[in-house]
Amino acid sequence: MTPRTAMLHGDTVFRIHWVLNTDRLLGVCHCGAEHEAEDPVELWDWLLAHPEGHEPRAESATPPPVRRLAGV
Amino acid sequence: MPTTPTFARNQWYVAAYSRELGRELFPRTILGEPIVFYRTENGDAVALADRCVHRRYPLSESRLEGDTIVCGYHGFTYDRAGSCVFVPGQSRIPRTARVASYPLVEQDSFVWVWIGDRDRADPGLIPRAPWLADPAYTTVSGMEPLRARYELLVDNLMDLSHETYLHGGYIGTPEVANTPITTEVDEENEVIYVSRHMADAECPSFYAKSTGIEGRITRWQDIEYHPPCLYLLHSRIAPVGVLPNDDGTDPDAFHVEVVYAITPETEHSTHDFWAVARDFALDDQEVSDFLAESNRTVVLQDVRALDVLEQVIQSEPDGYQELSVNIDTGGLAARRFLRRMVERAEPKAVARS
Ligand code: FES
Ligand SMILES: [Fe+2]
Ligand SMILES: [Zn+2]
Repeated sequence: MTPRTAMLHGDTVFRIHWVLNTDRLLGVCHCGAEHEAEDPVELWDWLLAHPEGHEPRAESATPPPVRRLAGV
Repeated sequence: MPTTPTFARNQWYVAAYSRELGRELFPRTILGEPIVFYRTENGDAVALADRCVHRRYPLSESRLEGDTIVCGYHGFTYDRAGSCVFVPGQSRIPRTARVASYPLVEQDSFVWVWIGDRDRADPGLIPRAPWLADPAYTTVSGMEPLRARYELLVDNLMDLSHETYLHGGYIGTPEVANTPITTEVDEENEVIYVSRHMADAECPSFYAKSTGIEGRITRWQDIEYHPPCLYLLHSRIAPVGVLPNDDGTDPDAFHVEVVYAITPETEHSTHDFWAVARDFALDDQEVSDFLAESNRTVVLQDVRALDVLEQVIQSEPDGYQELSVNIDTGGLAARRFLRRMVERAEPKAVARS
């Protein structure tokens, strides 16, 4: 799998990766929990329900920051 | 007056480019409020409600006398703070004779205005677009009136995939379909970031010519949206494999920073400010002309489509059905932030669930 992009560095960042060559979306919560779905509405519902139903993973797959944003 | 508020009032909005304001009275409606802008003799920007307290004549149809506005109907005269300092035919000035004045900040070539509760107008909250006033960049810019609600423009800008269809040939490239997209939402800072990083793409001939890059490129197109008003599209082009440094500097890449300011005019119309800044070919007028012309073309294509969409939506009953798919991931996040900001701006007494 290609490395996961992470451009924002706040403490409460939700990420949704579009899984290449599929119709699936992978949601990653700031607590480390992950969930796959095909429907973005369903995936947002799952993310925003944090911590409900979120099983944190041992280590995060998020790479270090890439570029500091001028706007933040 | 609508019963459901649709504006996030306690936010900064771009009212104009700094260059638009001078010693002429300049009217513009922001969030449904008619405002008159001008500069004082020493150059300070001023924003006052554009309605005389006497018989509601537009102050923008009046004249400046020094730093005061003399109403063009019967001569009520207002100072830069909006206080009436002269009433014709009497020496007493009624205590209530004043028009609202709005907090303003000039930053990054824009004039930002605050419409909401005055005690919350913190200039530190204004998001930045530093390239627009940076001598290391050359900028072209404009503004198009949109006859559609601002939410439609937000939806439109959050989804880069419409470019293939609506802007066929203008900004789409074949690699786009095979590029992973990541959407990030910072809950606390209320920022949405959508990245599309193409590791190995063909270099469009415009960029090859204007930057001197030869061969294939790494191409990033990243959206950074600070709801409600400021939308940034960071476009980065570098030889294949060249990435920014860990400290954030990026000397071996070329950057185009596309900036939109999305400012509601009324419930059904929007000021669509756009600017394109670049850090290469700084003095090349042909490059400036090309970027201005192509971005304006793209903006007008969107304006035409959204004007039509607004008419359709207005003719339909509330709560119409939509279907969201993968490309809407960022747009859904934007809608949620906007909803939240609108609700926050409502008086506490009518707090909604
Ligand atoms: S309406 Fe302005 S002075 Fe009468
Ligand atoms: Fe567009
Ligand atoms: Zn979680």
